[in-house]
Amino acid sequence: MIAGISIYEILSVTSILFFIGVYGFITRKNLISILISIELILNASVVNFVVINKYLYPDMLQGVLFSIFIIAVAAAETALAVSIIINLYRQINSVEVKDIETMKY
Amino acid sequence: MEKYIFYILALIMIVFAIASVTSRKMLRSVIFLLFVLCGIAGVYFLIDYNFLAAIQLTVYAGGIIVLIIFSVLLVHHIEMELEIAKTSKKIITVLACLIGLGVFLTTIYAHDFIVVENYITTTTADIGRKLLSYEDGGFILPFEVISVLLLAAMIGAIVIAKGGKLTNKNNKTI
Repeated sequence: MIAGISIYEILSVTSILFFIGVYGFITRKNLISILISIELILNASVVNFVVINKYLYPDMLQGVLFSIFIIAVAAAETALAVSIIINLYRQINSVEVKDIETMKY
Repeated sequence: MEKYIFYILALIMIVFAIASVTSRKMLRSVIFLLFVLCGIAGVYFLIDYNFLAAIQLTVYAGGIIVLIIFSVLLVHHIEMELEIAKTSKKIITVLACLIGLGVFLTTIYAHDFIVVENYITTTTADIGRKLLSYEDGGFILPFEVISVLLLAAMIGAIVIAKGGKLTNKNNKTI
């Protein structure tokens, strides 16, 4: 644990990061920007796993292992999202959310 | 000393996260995200999870950022500015986020965490042993499943990005 830092402060920082991500997710109009916001949200939750593991149950490893799995799933998700974005750009020449109707119905 | 490092890291993370979701230049917003991810790796170093910090730096800062930069360069003109949301929508979103943040923070500060004072350093060998153990509480099955998932995501990404014959109803020459 970090000397002099309580768990409340770290959880506050990660909550702020999470809601910055939510703000970007709602206000952005571009697929890649939305992907960036999702990365922010995922990272905030991963830090929560790790910090709660370290501060409350220091002799366990479950939080660390779950965060490794979350990072692996996030990498897979980003690769798929980027390939979908590139395919969409080749079909409709745009990555704006309002132009994308081919997957709607 | 570590206290001040944490405060500096927290400040860097929050400032660059805000810059990343509000910047109108696409590439800059990706680079700001890179700073946020490096700050999170710094937090992992501070709480003595060196292996996790290395994973964060290699997978996120090394892999995901490069992927996103690739897609930005393939899809955008560099100097193109993004369109921004309406001001009323922005204000409503900021208010909703602040209300949500308030709920989170009151819940966190109302809860009484039983913190165990410790300065244990987790070695990579411990993590590896736990990851590959098949006894109670071991993680060998999710470890195998995640490898299958990564293979499936890789093949799926190649198939989707390759595209095949594009048939557009409006003009057949694409």
